[in-house]
Amino acid sequence: MSSSPAHALHPTEHQAPKVATQPPPAAAAPVHEPATFAAMVARWYRLNKSRLRATLIGALSLVAFLIVWHLLTKYRVVFFVRFTNVPSPLDVYDSFTKAIHDPKFLMHILLSCRRIIFGFALATLIAVPLGLVMGRFKLIHEVVFPVSEVLRPIPAIAWVPMAIMLWPTNEQSIVFITFLGSFFPILVNTLHGMVLVDPVLVRAARCLGARETSIFREVYFPASLPHIFTGLTVGMGVAWVSLIAAEMISGQYGIGYFTWEAYSLVQYADIALGMIAIGVLGLTSSLLIRSAGRLAMPWGRT
Amino acid sequence: MSVIEAKAAAGHIEVKNFALSYETIDGSVAAVTDTQIHVKPGEFVSIVGPSGCGKSTLLNAVAGFLKPTAGTVTVDGEEVKGPSAERGMVFQQYSLFPWKTVRENVEFGLKMRGMDRSRRERAARTLLGLAGLEAFEKHYPDRLSGGMKQRVGIVRALATGPKVLLLDEPFGALDAQTRVIMQQILTNMWQRLKISVLFVTHDIDEAIFLSDRVYCMTARPGSIKAEIPIPLERPRQQSMMMSSEFLALRRGLMSLIREESLKAMGGEISDQGLQGLNIDLHGQSLADVL
Repeated sequence: MSSSPAHALHPTEHQAPKVATQPPPAAAAPVHEPATFAAMVARWYRLNKSRLRATLIGALSLVAFLIVWHLLTKYRVVFFVRFTNVPSPLDVYDSFTKAIHDPKFLMHILLSCRRIIFGFALATLIAVPLGLVMGRFKLIHEVVFPVSEVLRPIPAIAWVPMAIMLWPTNEQSIVFITFLGSFFPILVNTLHGMVLVDPVLVRAARCLGARETSIFREVYFPASLPHIFTGLTVGMGVAWVSLIAAEMISGQYGIGYFTWEAYSLVQYADIALGMIAIGVLGLTSSLLIRSAGRLAMPWGRT
Repeated sequence: MSVIEAKAAAGHIEVKNFALSYETIDGSVAAVTDTQIHVKPGEFVSIVGPSGCGKSTLLNAVAGFLKPTAGTVTVDGEEVKGPSAERGMVFQQYSLFPWKTVRENVEFGLKMRGMDRSRRERAARTLLGLAGLEAFEKHYPDRLSGGMKQRVGIVRALATGPKVLLLDEPFGALDAQTRVIMQQILTNMWQRLKISVLFVTHDIDEAIFLSDRVYCMTARPGSIKAEIPIPLERPRQQSMMMSSEFLALRRGLMSLIREESLKAMGGEISDQGLQGLNIDLHGQSLADVL
């Protein structure tokens, strides 16, 4: 093609054949078939077959779980564990329909969500920047790391008495417990992300004229993002664990308190309802973080 | 492009009495000793040598990532004190920012210089067009082939209009066919830009094909063993690699490097040594066993 070099040096169209000699793997343009509706449906089915299958099996598995639960409670099975007092799925559904019209139940949920949002947001706002600077500046790492290593193994629940002493209101101490639960997973993962930043990328940025702050913003931070989001996901899980425990011990409101109170008031269906609500809330919040991660990191393959 | 062409006359690299050693627990280990090299403005110079001979160390010192233990590194008379956009660098591991699109990668150096968005977008598009990559400006590096990644890497290093371009085994990770094409692309680009290039490789054909001069380094501790001018005519074509002139140069360089590679490996494997191994294959052929 470029037997005369003068051509290859000049405009783009002479370079073009060379591009064609190196077909990019994923970058090649898709083949456009004339799309009839049936063909499109068939195509969609072919592409999503395995996902459809997984969804279907998942749904069946959930239904099977409900049926087993129903049978165990209907016949009040006693086999090592006792199902005598366990509410049936239908009981729980009944109390659910009642609860969604009950402003008190909604308030429990909203209060728990508010505590999670405050505690988790605070943990993110402190742990992420702290992890980033610890990863970048040796002195800060040397100062902070020993303290964090000593405090890290203490479960957030063990902080409950201390939290009650530290904070003037109950509400604040519960938010504090939630904060502590998510703080360390976020910090540790952020730090881990900083350690794993490819030094070649930092060098590349340097010889493109990047200064310290730009390298931090343009290289270290985005390079650590995948690990930061791992930390956020783990942190969110631990935040819920800590929150529910704290609410059961010292709460007046919240979904953890609701669940515990149901036990005291012998409203067994509400126990299961509280548990399921906690599960759904936990699932929703981790899905939210995952989609936030996908938005923040469009370059990643998911 | 005017940015780049304006600086074409500059870019004189001078490395004098250069030595670099590392401190280890057993004392200092010399990586490179007593080395002088230079690259004239607009010249294409390669450094070849056995692996571990310190050729990358030398290049990193020119880039400003390593400080010489002795001697000086200057570009246009100014001492190199640290990395800068005046010395563009291309790495073997591509080193594109995975979180930036192809165009954002190319824009990076211009952004660091404070150029406003629309101007640097235009500049990046022009450069990508020259490299035949304009269709991929919005792709993330993840989705490109190795050859394309490295073309982006070269374009990115050229975007700031550096005085010199430093390449550290840029095609080492590519397959043989792609490598040949990349060499042609690089020599075409250089022909057009007339920028000073210092190119590190262990591929002798590549060094001869691309360069005006080739430095051959000794095994560790590295120093310059020979300096070989490459009088092949420009512009270079792949077909020249079959010419007797090329092959003669190749033979010469081969024997120089072979000597050093053997030293680096700690001597030659003797036939007697192989016989002494006495491998029992139980009547099978080697292919069966593996």
